[in-house]
Amino acid sequence: MAAATTMHLGGDQAARFESRAATRETPLVKWLILGTALSFFAVFLLMPLIAVFVEALRKGWETYATALVDPDALSALRLTLLAAAIALPLNLVFGVSAAWAIAKFEFRGKHFLITLIDLPFSVSPVIAGLIYVLVFGAQGWFGPWLSEHDIKIIFAVPGIVLATVFVTFPFIARELIPLMQAQGKEEEEAAIVLGANGLQTFWHVTLPNIKWGLLYGVILTNARAMGEFGAVSVVSGHIRGETNTLPLHVEILYNEYQFAAAFAVASLLALLALVTLGIKTWVEHRAAAAWRNSQDDAS
Amino acid sequence: MSIQVRNIRKQFGAFTALDDISLDFPTGELVALLGPSGCGKTTLLRIIAGLEQADGGQVLLDGEDASDTHVRDRQVGFVFQHYALFRHMTVFDNVAFGIRMKPRRERPSEKQIADKVHELLNLVQLDWLADRFPSQLSGGQRQRIALARALAVEPRVLLLDEPFGALDAKVRKELRRWLRKLHDDLHITSIFVTHDQEEALEVADRVVLMNHGHVEQIGTPEEVYRHPATPFVYGFLGAVNFFHGRVEGEGLRVGDDHLLHAADDFGQGAEVIAFARPHELDIAVGADANQGIPARVSRVLSFGVTARVELDGLNGATGQHFEVELTRERAAELALEEGQAVRLLPSRLSIFEQGHAANAAAAGARK
Repeated sequence: MAAATTMHLGGDQAARFESRAATRETPLVKWLILGTALSFFAVFLLMPLIAVFVEALRKGWETYATALVDPDALSALRLTLLAAAIALPLNLVFGVSAAWAIAKFEFRGKHFLITLIDLPFSVSPVIAGLIYVLVFGAQGWFGPWLSEHDIKIIFAVPGIVLATVFVTFPFIARELIPLMQAQGKEEEEAAIVLGANGLQTFWHVTLPNIKWGLLYGVILTNARAMGEFGAVSVVSGHIRGETNTLPLHVEILYNEYQFAAAFAVASLLALLALVTLGIKTWVEHRAAAAWRNSQDDAS
Repeated sequence: MSIQVRNIRKQFGAFTALDDISLDFPTGELVALLGPSGCGKTTLLRIIAGLEQADGGQVLLDGEDASDTHVRDRQVGFVFQHYALFRHMTVFDNVAFGIRMKPRRERPSEKQIADKVHELLNLVQLDWLADRFPSQLSGGQRQRIALARALAVEPRVLLLDEPFGALDAKVRKELRRWLRKLHDDLHITSIFVTHDQEEALEVADRVVLMNHGHVEQIGTPEEVYRHPATPFVYGFLGAVNFFHGRVEGEGLRVGDDHLLHAADDFGQGAEVIAFARPHELDIAVGADANQGIPARVSRVLSFGVTARVELDGLNGATGQHFEVELTRERAAELALEEGQAVRLLPSRLSIFEQGHAANAAAAGARK
């Protein structure tokens, strides 16, 4: 994830390495490596992507459009966007505060917190979903209490939001921690000595320094939130028009042999992913530029 | 404003950074905290600023206990070693930061802020850089901008952490002179931390020498250089030669050899260490046996105003390394050759009791 910056810097070096006769590889080696990478890319990444759009349009534009404006599809889209819209700000607040605490302060239990942040990465999403079923489900710990008060979490929208928040938990914090650690706390100290209070320091000094890393984390979080299948599938209950997200909707359509419709909805997700990728590349570019600037500054 | 620290103690785990430090910094003086790295000087500076919390003791600003005063209310100017300029702000915004952060009712208008910032930028002679970003400046320029930013809030004291540490030799010299001049114009009580003795002696009104969390000596540059109070100070301020010996009769006995030098303060037979600066040693060719310390010339460097001779000790001083500074005339007269056996005669010796001289040797060895 922090590769955003290293990749661009590596590029300059690689170009220099390649342009010198003394360090250049033979054409055979070069084409072998390049060919392997490119054919892998074509077979495993490019082909499926094209297949999605080809299959989606196989029965013509009309079927494609019908599949997208189907009420169930629209409701799934709405729910997907809603889950992402709730998960994002929550993780934004959590990610920034966790990264701030870890990078700028020393406290007991810091390593435990870092490990905890990584938990959603290491636990299978299905297990994550099951945990919520066990805690909030009808037979779960809080099940009786919840049903008494007529609160539905599992097989309802809150459960989907919870599962989405869980799986996207580490993205922003993980992006910011190395960045903030590298920047140190001297600028914050300078701000405090100059009379700024905590909020002013955060707003005028810390935030501008991390903004590109933060945006990068937000994009990753958003991509994951919209694409999540496993955890959401367990807690959703697959109620059409109510608790279906786009990925779940695709599965249902596919299982019902509505291939064209399934691929049409899938293409929508793929488009969202492509847009996300585009924005991500642009942010990476800006982040690398900002990083280079700050390196100049440090030297 | 005057600063006093009283019985300051600071511990980092098992490491004692500051051990019961008490110091007075009178109003309007420029004081250097000088010592090797790890001696606690930066920690002391950060405690005065409030960026670090002492384990015990008090910091008095203008006679008032500041221990419970928040950093932002202490009205100190702090210049960080690596400047800590806000990298996403222009030079102008950096300098204006402190004024803009004031509560609304104390904050001057943008016009007044702009006037103030340009006045400060003129003071550090960098007004033409107002629209640049820190990454576009040279090290020396950043240093001066950091100083202008610290002065913007009209601090009562100015604290500088290794202000010239990250600059190359030529810029350092220039900035040193410039800082001294600035201090003479502004007369703001200032403390700066440095590990460079030349810098401390050249710039400061007074020098506080620190080692292992203790204060070794306080005095004017002249006092500490001419009359080092401890072996450590002797070793730290400039190059030094030392001899292990015993007080015997009218002088010192080093191995089988004698140094004729009064050691009245010490009892007969006391184990001592004697120090001499390179220019306080003379080289004698064909002198009497047992007079002075025998040594062999290993290298003669005569490219400067003076000639420097490096020698290896013989007999009682075997394994020791000596450095002698001679005038060029004297060097020409002696016509020394590498490998030649000679005797060293000190014109002046500073003698300390053996025990607490050990760390002086360590300080000397670091140079």
